[in-house]
Amino acid sequence: MVGAVATATGKRRRTRVRYAAEGRGVLAALLIAPAVLFIGLLVGVPLGLAIYLSFTDATAGALTGQWVGLANFRDALADPIFRGALWHTFLFTAISQAVVIVVAGLLAHALVHSFRGRWLLRFFILLPWAAPVALTAIGFLWFYDPQASIWNWFLVHLHLVSKTNVPNWLGTPKAAMSSIITVQAWRTIPFATVIFIAGISSIPQEVDDAAAIDGATGVRKFWYVSLPLQLPIAIVAVLFGIVFTATDMVVPYILTSGGPFNSTQVLTTWAFQTGINAGDLGQGAAIALFMLPLLAVVVVGMLFFARRAEVT
Amino acid sequence: MAGAWRSKLFSYGVAVPFAALLGFPFAWMAITSLKPEAQVYDPTKVWSFHPTLTAYGYLFHHTDYLRWIRNSCFVGLMVVVITLAIAVPAGYALARLAGRVGRTLGVAIFLTYLVPPTLLFLPLSRVVAQYLHLDDRLWALIVIYPSFTIPFAIWLLMGFFKSIPQELEDAALVDGCSRFGALVRIVFPISAPGILTVVIFTFSLVVNEFVYAITFISSSTNRTLTVGVPTDLIRGDLFNWPGIMAAILLPSIPLALVYNLFLNRFITGFTGGAFR
Repeated sequence: MVGAVATATGKRRRTRVRYAAEGRGVLAALLIAPAVLFIGLLVGVPLGLAIYLSFTDATAGALTGQWVGLANFRDALADPIFRGALWHTFLFTAISQAVVIVVAGLLAHALVHSFRGRWLLRFFILLPWAAPVALTAIGFLWFYDPQASIWNWFLVHLHLVSKTNVPNWLGTPKAAMSSIITVQAWRTIPFATVIFIAGISSIPQEVDDAAAIDGATGVRKFWYVSLPLQLPIAIVAVLFGIVFTATDMVVPYILTSGGPFNSTQVLTTWAFQTGINAGDLGQGAAIALFMLPLLAVVVVGMLFFARRAEVT
Repeated sequence: MAGAWRSKLFSYGVAVPFAALLGFPFAWMAITSLKPEAQVYDPTKVWSFHPTLTAYGYLFHHTDYLRWIRNSCFVGLMVVVITLAIAVPAGYALARLAGRVGRTLGVAIFLTYLVPPTLLFLPLSRVVAQYLHLDDRLWALIVIYPSFTIPFAIWLLMGFFKSIPQELEDAALVDGCSRFGALVRIVFPISAPGILTVVIFTFSLVVNEFVYAITFISSSTNRTLTVGVPTDLIRGDLFNWPGIMAAILLPSIPLALVYNLFLNRFITGFTGGAFR
């Protein structure tokens, strides 16, 4: 008897649990919770720790230190290497992404319609994006080799530079900066192209037809019809490129490690050298945190343009 | 007709030179990888030389290259499993949650993908060593990598799930399926190509990762591909350039092939999450 009652209540409870789980809200919460938890633990907590560390004098080997207030930020700002790193980060990002916008814009318009051989051309254009950049950057170490640079071979044979006075691509400050900017542009072009193509193909055929009926052609059609419609998606791609360029350290780290004479030192390489190599965790965290304002601006921009894109 | 001809001319005129420019580094890597080591600096042997596979033999027999590939694949597969287990349910729920809540939460999760490893690696390096006791272990990477693969995967999956009509599931519910049953029997089979796309791009994100790998892993045998090649193969002043070029090409070509195959699905997922 008692057993029967117990199973009956058990069954009722089970049906109730099942009924609750069938409710949309509860089920959704159950399905999303693990992701939110994981991200909170592995992104939220370290971000909080990074902010905490930047106010301490913690060194390698410990996760705590004396509270030093804003000293790390003051030290960073007073340091000419850090100020240089800020400026280089800006140059590295702005120039490489400006090149990317122009090239990817051209390429996207060239690749959006199908033609014979497009698959093969697209394969070559995707290569720099698909290949691990930590590896391809090493390839460029070889292309920029002072003795055997293939670029110099071309330059000499096109009679653009003399054989005895070839550029040392990674050994002189100006050339080193241009070199890492080139590699960064090279490796971001494919992604921007892909998203630009998506933006162009999202324009409905009717809009194209309507523009044609109204007599819009060529540059005018591009300027007044196609461009405004594809802009929101394109801007999201550009914002992506900006974030991943300003916050990434692979290309400068592998090609120059910030040298020569800190002339290619960017925020990320400087934070790595200070925090890991020199073991000054607090100072390194403070340097890395200077990326946050940029990140915030980009996030706001992205939300704004993603909503615009949805309306069209 | 003249318009179509002009548009073709424009396509070839732009795409061919840029494909050559973007692809040239790989061609030059391939050429260097086939040169005998003694000839890479020889200015008379820039284009004409006796091709040899010595560099590839060197790579396989005298370095830890195969081991790094195995490490990268192991980490990649484990991270893919963890990512799918967490991102598929979340992506589905976010795609089906109507209205503001789902959208805002989806965008918020995606934005965490933008928080860069270069901002988090300093505190994480201490957490990994002191609290997880995983320093110099591949498991450190397996635990940390989902922090960026999950937001990315959820975003793509949201895009894919949104393209599946709600009516299909409703029909299954009417026919007596539970919500979970509808998910397993209707939604997952239809979205299999989308899930496969997520698997491929998650795997390649892992293989590409550099900052965490170089911070957490210190011994040569535990290195992944992206860290093993730059740290171990480039030592001293005598680089074996043909071997290094071979080491770069081998993983790059297959990755580029699958990218090309899955590109259209990737675009659908990537832009579908936000713009639809």
